[in-house]
Parts: sequence; structure tokens; C-alpha cells
Amino acid sequence: MTDYLLTDVSPLGEAATDVLLADGRIAALGADARARANDDAVTIDGAGLVLLPGLVDLHTHLREPGREDAETIRTGTRAAALGGFTAVHAMANTSPTQDTAGVVEQVWRLGREAGWVDVHPVGAVTVGLEGERLAELGAMADSQAQVRVFSDDGRCVHDPVVMRRALEYVKAFDGVVAQHAQEPRLTEGAQMHEGVVSAELGLAGWPAVAEEAIIARDVLLAEHVGSRLHVCHLSTAGSVEIVRWAKSRGIDVTAEATPHHLVLTDEEARGYDPVFKVNPPLRTQADVDAVRAGLEDGTIDIVATDHAPHTREDKDCEWAAAAFGMTGLETALSVVQETMVDTGRMTWADVARVLSTNPARIGRVADHGRPVAVGEPANLVLVDPAARRTVVPEEQATKSTNSPFRGRELHGRVVATFLRGRATVLDGAPVDESQVVA
Amino acid sequence: MRHLLSAGDLTPAEAVTILDTAAQMAATQEREIKKLPTLRGRTVVNLFFEDSTRTRISFETAAKRLSADVINFSAKGSSVSKGESLKDTALTLQAMGADAVVIRHQASGAPHTLATSGWTHGAVVNAGDGTHQHPTQALLDAYTLRRHLVGDGGRSDVTGRDLEGLKVAIVGDVLHSRVARSNVQLLHTLGAEVTLVGPPTLVPVGVGAWTARVSYHLDEVIADEKPDAVMMLRVQRERMSSAGGGFFPSPLEYTRGYGLDARRLAALPDHAIVLHPGPMNRGLEISADAADSPRAVIVEQVANGVAVRMAVLYLLLAGGAPATNERADA
Ligand SMILES: [Zn+2]
Repeated sequence: MTDYLLTDVSPLGEAATDVLLADGRIAALGADARARANDDAVTIDGAGLVLLPGLVDLHTHLREPGREDAETIRTGTRAAALGGFTAVHAMANTSPTQDTAGVVEQVWRLGREAGWVDVHPVGAVTVGLEGERLAELGAMADSQAQVRVFSDDGRCVHDPVVMRRALEYVKAFDGVVAQHAQEPRLTEGAQMHEGVVSAELGLAGWPAVAEEAIIARDVLLAEHVGSRLHVCHLSTAGSVEIVRWAKSRGIDVTAEATPHHLVLTDEEARGYDPVFKVNPPLRTQADVDAVRAGLEDGTIDIVATDHAPHTREDKDCEWAAAAFGMTGLETALSVVQETMVDTGRMTWADVARVLSTNPARIGRVADHGRPVAVGEPANLVLVDPAARRTVVPEEQATKSTNSPFRGRELHGRVVATFLRGRATVLDGAPVDESQVVA
Repeated sequence: MRHLLSAGDLTPAEAVTILDTAAQMAATQEREIKKLPTLRGRTVVNLFFEDSTRTRISFETAAKRLSADVINFSAKGSSVSKGESLKDTALTLQAMGADAVVIRHQASGAPHTLATSGWTHGAVVNAGDGTHQHPTQALLDAYTLRRHLVGDGGRSDVTGRDLEGLKVAIVGDVLHSRVARSNVQLLHTLGAEVTLVGPPTLVPVGVGAWTARVSYHLDEVIADEKPDAVMMLRVQRERMSSAGGGFFPSPLEYTRGYGLDARRLAALPDHAIVLHPGPMNRGLEISADAADSPRAVIVEQVANGVAVRMAVLYLLLAGGAPATNERADA
């Protein structure tokens, strides 16, 4: 296996140093690295580049099995590697649903065969995401896929008894329930955030309270039964307040925000372009500000993409007929850099925390989200923060083109990604698939 | 003016030009030979994804009186969720050489999507989209208001006049009404003052940003504001059932609070007129007394609709009005 000598890189944005990757691990740091590099090690000039632990996405829709026309595990994980990820959690709303050991093992195996990132399947909480009967959570936890994150994402586990049972049951294997917080009755037919813009556009509203009411209920349930709760894609100022309150009470809750909720608002809906149709919907500027503040002060633990590829047919239509969701794997890091780092609100160490360390901890993923230190697994990403790039969805690795950032100039670019010491991305390009062997 | 998608897109000058043009069109309709040669050789497609015989006939009549060729394309029955594709239909019409597409669709924003997608090169006229907009309805309402309430009630020339200072109450299901949304914008553009009246459940969250007052009490509005016109919105009976959203407890309670009956009609100022976009639910939002009273201009609204739609098609396709040309040159 090729060794890599990264010269003059800044681990977590701190003082520049050299880093040697050998045998799948960080073999040496500093002066030692150059000295110990053997002759055929590949040297990468890392001057001006930031070295981070490989990113971990707790919320990815890879669409396989079932919607291979929108994405496959192979195309989605390749996009993930290009976005700087070394591990992704594949959401359960596939067809068939990831609600049995058999299906999660299939997804896990396809991920290994693709070899771009480690794929950790998320298990469905309830059979068929129907919200009625618990799926065989224990069997999925015990399977080769070793599922630890359970979610009916796309739907809310709305029945309070079912939610309570799930929270309790996963304690046996240190699992976590990741809730898509959406009160179904309050959001029947909902198309966009309910407020000034929806009133004018005549699109049925998705009120903030429909998210906040479920989060409030769930943190109280988690407190009552002493369980761990994860809140998916929190999107409103009120949700940030509730999570902040819950944490101050000592409730074991973690929360995630998506890149798009850090930067886009419901004003985007004015052109009726379904690329901006997403669930939960884009909210107001006040909500965006609150989400950024929550991420900055640690109320929100992680950023997760909610990468949701859709075919052109599912977006090339009138708003009401379009599917919810937007792609995000190849733009997430740039959005976080632009909104949080380049604004001075977070350091690169904070970025490593919210995009790698914390998601790895919540998902109980060993070997990811580790410090940049000798002996640690070489799951790393090298970022050029000074780069500027314009998003062209057709040129992305994801199979779908529903990026909300089309035509936007984004800050920063992934230069290289390493999975256990093997380069999956070099010079910003995927390393040819024939060279990637699991 | 390339398309007519939303009443909110119209400047005051454009809106007045449409009303003035509509008045000219109406004058021609009093002649024995009603047909004008203006749009000979042009094709107008009525693309109706949602049933509305009255609106379709109004547009069809308007186009034919201007000598345009009219194609009626009913795509009803194709459910939105199945996506009988707006795109494919539009591409088909484009191939037929549509100069204008008059579109009625159950999805808010569908005309906007049609106009901005590049699927058709024709002018797009919004004939009602979801709960969003129905701009020609607002224009015909404005035309009707101007005829009756500006310049001594039609006895003097009102060319060039707007609706400055008129007070209009719009009553009923504001939440689901594209008529209300269009009228709030257009009436404000033309200088009128609008008060929206309805039960709080039928007023949208976010209404605070609209250029209108909101009241939950029709009797108070009639007594305190003395509106020059009352526009009654259609209320669907299904809205009270729990499946329909449970917006009000019973039709009877709705009628007591918000129906226009003989008592409320008598409480209006003597000159006030009553409008309704139709079709009416007699006995729910409007009583037979009110609907059939001489102050109701509901039948006249239908005739005015043809004149206003002639004006819109004329201005979009023949591009005659000075205001339109100036904008095109700018
Ligand atoms: Zn979700």
C-alpha cells in the first residue's frame, strides 16, 4: 500500500507540520514524518491546507435498494468521498425498507464493495416506517452491520408509546433513536414553512410548532426513561431553545442541523423552483441565525447533510408534485466553512467536532472522528480553504442534480480524502475505481 | 408585460392600462358585430388542469371575439401526485405553436413554473393556480368597482382613473382563496383600502405582511368602516368537516358570523355594491336576498370578465398599449 507524506499541513487549522500515513495509520508527525518516510512514499505539498479527521455523515440517503435511478451506494459514497467523508450513515427509507437484519447487511456489504467510505446502515424504528410495530432492532444491532442508529426518517415516530418503547429498547445495545420531528396532523399536505412567504405564495404551511412540539415531547420522554435521543435536521429557533433547555436539564439529547438550514431561507420558494423544496422546509432568516448560534455554542452537536438525491422527473415539475429533498454531500463542508469558519464563529477544530468527532460518537462508529495523532487510523481529509469553486450539479459525482447551490461560488475545496490510509480522492478527483479495492 | 402570473406583478400604470383597454373592449361588445380582427392567426390555448367551465368559457369568448384560434385542452383527471406532466403537456402545446397559454392548475405556482421553465415560448396567463393567484378575477373586480364607484358611478369618463380611497371588505375563506390574494395586491396597487374579514381559522398565518387590515367581525366592519363594496368569497362546506380541516363548527355558525343577508345588506352604505366571484353557495356565504338585490353586481362581473380578458390577451399578444411598449424598450 502506498505511503503518503503530507508536508506543511495544518492539523485542525493549527501550526503547520508534516504527517506520514503508512499501513493505514498516522505513522509519524513533525520532523519524524519526513525522516521515516520511505523512498516510494507519495509526497503531497500541503502548504495552506487544513487536515481534518475524515468527515462522518449521520444522515445520508443513498437510495439503494429501490431508487437506483436517483442514487446508488456506489455513486453516493463516491460523492461522499469527494465531499471529504470517510463514513456515512445510510438512512432506512429504502425499498425494501432497512428494517431487517437482511436488508441492513445487504447495504453494509454493498458499501464495503464500493469501498469509497464506510457505510453504516441506519435501521428503521418501525416495520416499513409505518410507525406502528417496532422493527427487529436487536437483530439489526447484532447483524454484521452492527446498527446503532435507528430512524424512521422521512417520517416521524409520532405515536408517543411507540417512541417511548423504541427509546427504551435500544438501551440494550447502546443504540440511539434519531427522530425526524414532524407532527403529522399539523403538516398534512404541507409544502413549505408556514409564514409570510407561504401566505403569499398560497402553499400549504409546515409550521415550526409541528417540529418543536415533537422535540419537546421527545426530550421529556428521553428524560423519563433515561435514554439517548438524537434530533435530526433541527430547523427552527424554537427547536434550538428546546434542545438548549433539555441539555441544561441534563437530558441525553444530541441535535443535528443541515448545511441548507445554515444558509437558505423560505424566500427561496418565491420562484417555485422545487429544488428548494425540502423537509423540514427552509425557514426564516431568524431561524437560520438561531441555528448558526446553536451550532456555535454547542447546543447543536453536529452538521449532517440529509443528502437526498432525486431524479429529474421528481423535481422537473410544479412545486406540489415535486419530491422533498436536496443533495448535500459534495457541498456540506464548504457551507460550514463559509457560514461558520469564514465568519469567525468557529475554528477548524470546531468543524472537526461537528462534522467528524461528534457524529462518530453519536453513531458509535469506531476508528472515525479520531484525533490527528500518531497511531490513529488514517481516516483524514485535506481541505484547501482558500479555493473557490462554482457548483455545477451535472459535474458532481452524485447521480442526481438537485443541488440548491447551482451556480453559487462556494468557499473551500476537498483536495484529498484518505480511508484507512488509502487515498479515495487526490487533487480533488476521485481515485480511479479500479484502484479502490475493499 | 410578457406574462400575467400574479396581480402583484402589475404596476399602477399597467393595471390602469388594462382597465382602460377593457373599457374599450366593452364598448365594442355593444356593437352588433362583436368580433374584432386583432388576433387573427394567433393561437390561444386554454390549458385547464382543474375544472372551471365559467372561467374557461370567459377566456374562450374573449379570445374568439378577438378572432384568435382557440384550443381547449382539458388535462383534468390527471392527478398532480401522479404528475401527468405539466412539462409534457406544455411541450406538446409548444409544438402546436401556442402564442398564449391560459392555464388553470390546482398547484400553486404552476403558471410560474410554466413561464420560467422554457417549456413554452408563448405568453402565460394565470387563470387560477391553487390557493395562490387569479389575477384576471382581480382585474375584473377592479373594473367593476371602478365602473360603479369612481366618477359618479359611471356617469363620467373614468379613463386613467384608479381606485384611490375606496374601501373594500373581502369576506370569507381568505386562507384558501386565490381571489383574495389577487385582490389584496391589485386593490392596494390601485389605491383602495382593503379589510379582510373571516374567522381566524380561515385567515393565513403570515397575513400581517399583507397590505390589508384583518377583522374577525363582519358587523363591526360594516358599521365602523362603511365599506364602498363587499366582496364575498366562496366557502366550501367541506371545510367544516374534520377531514376538510375542521375550520368552523357548522355552516349555520358560519352564516351567522360571516354570511351576507338582508340585515347586513341594509346596514351597508346606500351606494355600496356586493361582489362575488361565483359560483355562489346561496344560504351559506350569501343569502338569496343579498345575491338577487339590485346592489349585487355579480352577473355584471361575468360580462366584465370577458372584456378584461380580451384586454389582457390583446395587450399580451398585440402589445398595443403605450405603457407596455415603453417597458419593452427600457
Ligand atoms: Zn428527515
